Formats: sequence, structure tokens, C-alpha cells
Amino acid sequence: MIYKGKAWKFGDDIDTDAIIPARYLNTSDPAELAKHCMEDADPEFVKKMSKGDIIVAGENFGSGSSREHAPISIKACGISCVIAKSFARIFFRNCFNIGLPILEAPEAVDEIEEGDELEINFQTGEIKNLTKNKIFKAQPIPDFMQELVKKGGLLNYVVERVAG
Amino acid sequence: MGMTITEKIFANKLGRDVKPGEFVEVDVDIALANDITAPLGIKEFRRVYNGKVFDNNKIVLVPDHFTPNKDIKSAEQVKYVREFALEKNIKYFFDGGEVGVEHALLPEKGIVLPGDVVIGADSHTCTYGALGAFSTGVGSTDFAACMIYGKAWFKVPETIKFYYFGELKPWVDGKDLILYTIGKIGVDGALYKAMEFTGPIIKKLPMHARFTMCNMAIEAGGKSGIIEPDEITIEYVKERAQREYKIFKSDNNAEYFNEIKIDVSEVDPQVAFPHLPENSKSVYEAKGIKIDQVFIGSCTNGRYEDLEIAAKVLKGERVAKNVRMIILPATPEIYKMALKNGLIEIFLEAGAIVGPPSCGPCLGGHLGILAEGERAISTSNRNFVGRMGHPKSEVYLSNPAVAAASGVAGEIVHPEEII
Repeated sequence: MIYKGKAWKFGDDIDTDAIIPARYLNTSDPAELAKHCMEDADPEFVKKMSKGDIIVAGENFGSGSSREHAPISIKACGISCVIAKSFARIFFRNCFNIGLPILEAPEAVDEIEEGDELEINFQTGEIKNLTKNKIFKAQPIPDFMQELVKKGGLLNYVVERVAG
Repeated sequence: MGMTITEKIFANKLGRDVKPGEFVEVDVDIALANDITAPLGIKEFRRVYNGKVFDNNKIVLVPDHFTPNKDIKSAEQVKYVREFALEKNIKYFFDGGEVGVEHALLPEKGIVLPGDVVIGADSHTCTYGALGAFSTGVGSTDFAACMIYGKAWFKVPETIKFYYFGELKPWVDGKDLILYTIGKIGVDGALYKAMEFTGPIIKKLPMHARFTMCNMAIEAGGKSGIIEPDEITIEYVKERAQREYKIFKSDNNAEYFNEIKIDVSEVDPQVAFPHLPENSKSVYEAKGIKIDQVFIGSCTNGRYEDLEIAAKVLKGERVAKNVRMIILPATPEIYKMALKNGLIEIFLEAGAIVGPPSCGPCLGGHLGILAEGERAISTSNRNFVGRMGHPKSEVYLSNPAVAAASGVAGEIVHPEEII
């Protein structure tokens, strides 16, 4: 899969309360959650971003709560991919489980500025900064997790296992 | 090479040795979800499968976050969970007056036990490591998958050993040790790692404080917190256990990612400043910060001993004018014991609000939300932006004694100033 879009930059330790505040957790409707994506980190984010855009963040993105509503709100608002220096572990797991593409790429994050046009090849982990004409390589995704992605997510994998 | 307690728990499930970094799929003893995470998990379960759950005695559903329901939407969410629980005949479904804050409730009922592998669609599932279980937070999809096939996948974590020695100062509790530790290593200092708490201080630490410490492993990015079971653990578990359990201990020659030694003699009661748990400082450095609200409760510090400490501070005192003190006993059992032993009366006499067991204000759900510009001191676990209400409100984290004393003073103080 190739993802192409504009970069939106965030700092370190963006927690899931900032991504989707608990005051909106009385629903699990993706469309509803999408309206409030990143609201407590940047209240204008949903208005500014366009479909296909890419979130670029620092260390420990998605820390805190296990709420899957966080990656769901990011995916549902149209963000195509998240690049970070590192991810909090439950968030990392949730992204693979629900099919939100994420990549760890510390060098790329340092070199990307807000508004840069990016092109990402999820399979090869190649991140092209089209604005700055630079190419970066993301950390490889462990085989087991690639397998989950190939199967189309954890539940497909499990249902296949149970049926088999 | 020997194994850590965490590696041994995995090895026991697989019937072979394991190494950190390996991907494994293991049988799960208990899978848990709450009223925020269960609806998503159930929706996915119904979408892809909707047969029988793998074992109706191993799934736990605790609607504790927005209950008693705060609005129509949250009532719909719980209704959806309730219908599923009844349809699938889920043994451990807690409703109405049975509801307690999940991570206080499950150990109290003997549902989670030493040696278990537990997953919970709630990040503070790491609490049960205090019993010597491997226990970790996951998402709703992991919970759904487990309901189908009874397993979960993990990367066997490396372990960081935390060794606590020295002499505890008065009013220092498990909360202070863990806040101090997070302050030392940072909110991602244990990312993907198991945090094993050991040393002479831990050996003497009562269960309530062990639960508090393991509860906040996630606030250092940890996959789990864990403490080797000992006499204190067994004393806690033996009357409650609903089934057999296994005790594992780390080998002397186990391999650790890192070892961090902490001399507790230098640890004062801690206060974590906004907006990260790693911003922990001595309570003396927080002195004089005015507060609008106090919250005593949550899966971190809503246990009986926590309330007992708060009552010791509040006895004969009065909450400062224009400060709201909200106390939520974490489970119905704790509430009953607090009532029987006169704690509730002390709280009411002091002018505190005593509410039902619920996560409530900890995550800005209900039962005490902060307005713009307001400041709270809370015994809960997170002080992120907007965590307890308005994005421009502030949360300071502390132990129950500091929270109670600060409520009396109207500003953050060391409990010694009140007693």
C-alpha cells in the first residue's frame, strides 16, 4: 500500500486522552469519534486536516489508556498512516488489530516538518519526503505482525484458526 | 540461564522454556473488559463469529467507568454489554450494586490469582501483577479474539528489576514509591518491559500498596508490573481463591534487561505535577498550591487501607471551604467495611462527598468533573491534559494521606501539617 499526504506534527507522549478525550467515550461509533480526533492536543485538527494526511509524532505516541477508540478515531477521520519515534505498546497492538498503518522511524520524524508532502510504502517501510526530496527507512515490522496484516487483522486470523 | 517470574509464567503455559523477544500464543486464564471497551469487543465478536464464547467462566465484564450511568449513551452501552452477558451466560458479569472498580474487584473476589495469564481491555490490568500473575492491558479487538479462541499473542517481554531498600519515611506508601520510580525513569522508561518490584521494602509491603505499584506500571510504559508471591500474597489469596493457583519465583540466575536500585530512605511523599505522572516531586516542593477538588478512590488508591489512611488524617478535621472532597470506595465490600468501621462517618463529618464505587472522575467521566482553570489533587493514576475534565484544568497525583490533608488545608501539604 502506498500512502500519500501532508504531514501533521505532534510532540512526545501524546496520550490517548489527547487523541480522544473520555468525554466522548460514551459511544463507539467511528464517525462520531472521528469528529473529536486529537481534540485535546489540537482542537482545530479535524478542521485543518485532509483525507490521506499523515500524523508524524515524537516518542511514546498513544500512551495511557487501552481505548481502541483512539486509533479508530484517527482512522475514521481519514488519516492514512502514523509515523512516530516510538509507540506506547497497547496503542501499537491496537493499530495492527484494527488496521491503522503505523511506522516507527525516529530519523524521519526529526527531518519532517509540518506541511511536508510524504509518500509512504507500508510494505517496504520506505518514507519519501517529497517536499525535501529525502528518503528514510522505518523499523521493520516483526514477522508475526506482518502475518496479522496479511490476514487482514487479528480477528480474521483467529476466525480462520477456529474454523481450521 | 534461569528465568524471571514472567518468563516462567509463559513457560508454564507452553510447556517449554521461553526467551524474551519471542512471539508466543498462550491460553488466557481471565479476559476482562469494561463498559467502554466491551461494547467495541462484543460488536466485533458478533460481526465475525457470534458462536459460543471459549469459556463463560473465564470472561469478566465490569461496567465500572460510566456507572451508575451518567447519560443515555452510556446506559445504552451497558445495556448492550448486559444483553451479551446474559445471552452467553457469562459467570463474572457484575451489575448494579455488585459493581466495583474492576482492578480492586477482581483480586478481592479471588477471580485473578498467582501464576495466571490475564488480559484486560483496560490499561490498568497490570494491577494483578501484585499477585504474581502476568497481567496486561490490551484493546477491544484482542478481547474479542480471546472470547473466540481463549488465547492471546504476546512478545515475551524483557524484565527490568527494581530493587527497593532502606527505610520508609512516615506517610510514604506504595503510591510514593511508584511515582518516585516513574519520575526516575520517565513515562516511557519501561516501554514494552515487565517491571519486577523486589527488595526488602517490597517483602514488607502490604497488598494494597503492592496493587498500587503494579497498577501504575503502565504509566512508565510497562507491559506489566509483577511481584513474587510470598506469605503476604498467600494470606490475601487463600480465603478468596475460586480455583487452584501456581506460585512462580524468579531464578537467582535469571537475566534482566536492567536493574535499578532505589534507596527509599530519600523518598518523601510524592506529588506528580501536571501533565505527566513522571513529573513527581517531594510534597514539600508542592506546598502551597491551591486546590479546588480532592478525589480519593480509583483502581490505584480506592482500597480499604487507602480509605483508612484518609480517615486517620480527616478524623475531627473539616474540608476547607470551597474545596470539594470526593471519596469513592472502590468496591461494595470496601464500602461496607468502611461503613461498619466508622470511616464513612468520619468522611461525612469532615464534609466530604461519599459516592458509589465507580471510576467516575478519574477519567473525567462523571461524579466530579473539573471546570476550566480548576485544580485537583487526586489519588488516581493519570494527570494528562483534560484527564478529569476541562482541557484547561489541572491534576496533581498523590497518595491518600496527602490528598486528604490537602483537602483540609485547601492547598497541597504534607499530612504531618494536619496531624
